[in-house]
Amino acid sequence: MAQYLVLIYQDEAAVDAAGRQASGEVYAEHGQFMTKYESALRGGNALERSSTATSIRPDGAGGFTVTDAPFAETKEALGGYYLVEAPDLDEAVAIAKQVPMAEGGVEVRPIRVFD
Amino acid sequence: MTVGAAVAAAVADAHRREWAFVLATTVRVTRDLDLAEECVQDAYARALRSWAEDGVPRNPGAWLTTTARRRALDLLRREGTARRALPLLVEDEEAPDDGGADEVGDDRLRLVFTACHPALAREAQVALTLRLLCGCSTAEVARAFLVAEPTMAARITRAKKKIAAARIPYRVPPVAELAERVEAVCEVVHLLFTTGHAAPAGADLIRRDLVERALDLARMLHALLPRRPEVTGLLALILLTDARREARLHDDGSLVLLADQDRRRWDRAAITEGITLVREALRHRPPGRYALMAAIAAVHDEAPSADATDWHEIVGLYDLLVALWPSPVVALNRAVAIGFADGADAGLKALEPLGEEPQLAGYPYLAVARAEFLQRLGRSDEARDAYEEALLLTENAVERDHLVGRLAALGP
Repeated sequence: MAQYLVLIYQDEAAVDAAGRQASGEVYAEHGQFMTKYESALRGGNALERSSTATSIRPDGAGGFTVTDAPFAETKEALGGYYLVEAPDLDEAVAIAKQVPMAEGGVEVRPIRVFD
Repeated sequence: MTVGAAVAAAVADAHRREWAFVLATTVRVTRDLDLAEECVQDAYARALRSWAEDGVPRNPGAWLTTTARRRALDLLRREGTARRALPLLVEDEEAPDDGGADEVGDDRLRLVFTACHPALAREAQVALTLRLLCGCSTAEVARAFLVAEPTMAARITRAKKKIAAARIPYRVPPVAELAERVEAVCEVVHLLFTTGHAAPAGADLIRRDLVERALDLARMLHALLPRRPEVTGLLALILLTDARREARLHDDGSLVLLADQDRRRWDRAAITEGITLVREALRHRPPGRYALMAAIAAVHDEAPSADATDWHEIVGLYDLLVALWPSPVVALNRAVAIGFADGADAGLKALEPLGEEPQLAGYPYLAVARAEFLQRLGRSDEARDAYEEALLLTENAVERDHLVGRLAALGP
């Protein structure tokens, strides 16, 4: 067996425009998907909006540049992920800075919590 | 003064002095910035009515805090979490909200470090600082940065959402991170000051509202962090630069160059206070950039006349500053100082390599400096070209008028 990461991309503006009822339908569809493939799924989460993202890159002088934005650079491609549990963003960023990232950087995006 | 006017003045004064304190303390109760702001606004509205009937309380800040907190507890009890749109702010669990004396300072610092958190965009940091720490309305913040009110409202809402959703903590950073985080706060206050001191665009050169806010913020930071040399240096820099405010404009609002200013109109009290602070900040080795910039301002402030300015000392201070902070703008100022210390030829030579700096492309002061040195060397045609280049790049009306005047003085 092999493992695969399936990444979900969406047009956030279109999601907002579709409204609450439409997102209720999407959640229900995700529920059906998760039930159907329960034996294959190893985990999954919805993310908070890209506007809550923080990107970290080495600054070339031993430190880091932290920016308030998703990691959007055409020459770099998604290369992996870690799921990190931390009490707050400062802690998450401190851990994220230790991720090896010689050829790029990392984006820290909060996992969405449904209540 | 009528009772109504006296009360209105007392409320306005409390707004300026106590807003950050009242809000910071109320956030500890609500753990929700929007709800806390609403309760604090409500407390100020109640103060207008209540103080007119019962007199202005001896401690307005305490009265406002108690009122805002009571309102917050009331709303939370009555409506529970029903109205909450965002997750609760994250706090340190070991820091109980006991209202102790030490917590007072800390609460305002929590607000400062949250508003200026590095995971927020700089423009959002500045907007939140004006909004949360100075109590400016969204309309005032929008006006301060010459953007439309809905744009600014969206920027502030987005920043608040990020604070809540990404769990940017409401706390004073640990000692290991403090230096870096204080630096970020100082940059925000310094940016507010420079934007007000020489407005990059618009009809007025000096934006008094922004200058006053920056000075208030620097004073508050210095009171809360008296042993941080960068904060001491920043307050000194603002005082020593702003001391010349009244002499920087003619009565008609046009620009007076430093050399032509009436030095009797400089604010001696601000200069004395600033010099005491800059001496203190310079005792730390190596000196920080705000302390060095403040020291440069102090050399100008202490010179009895423009001709008596010790330009060699200023060049020496710029040498230290460039080594510490290799920014093209600092290098430009250093080149200008060299021109005054060693002659226009030397100044022009020092400016030469800066033409290649991408950061200075579009920066009018480089062309202005070149124009002035060329003019002093009698190279009028080249000076004219340089002034015209500067004019194309200047968006501030007062500076434009000044350059048009210089250009006209060169003759046809």
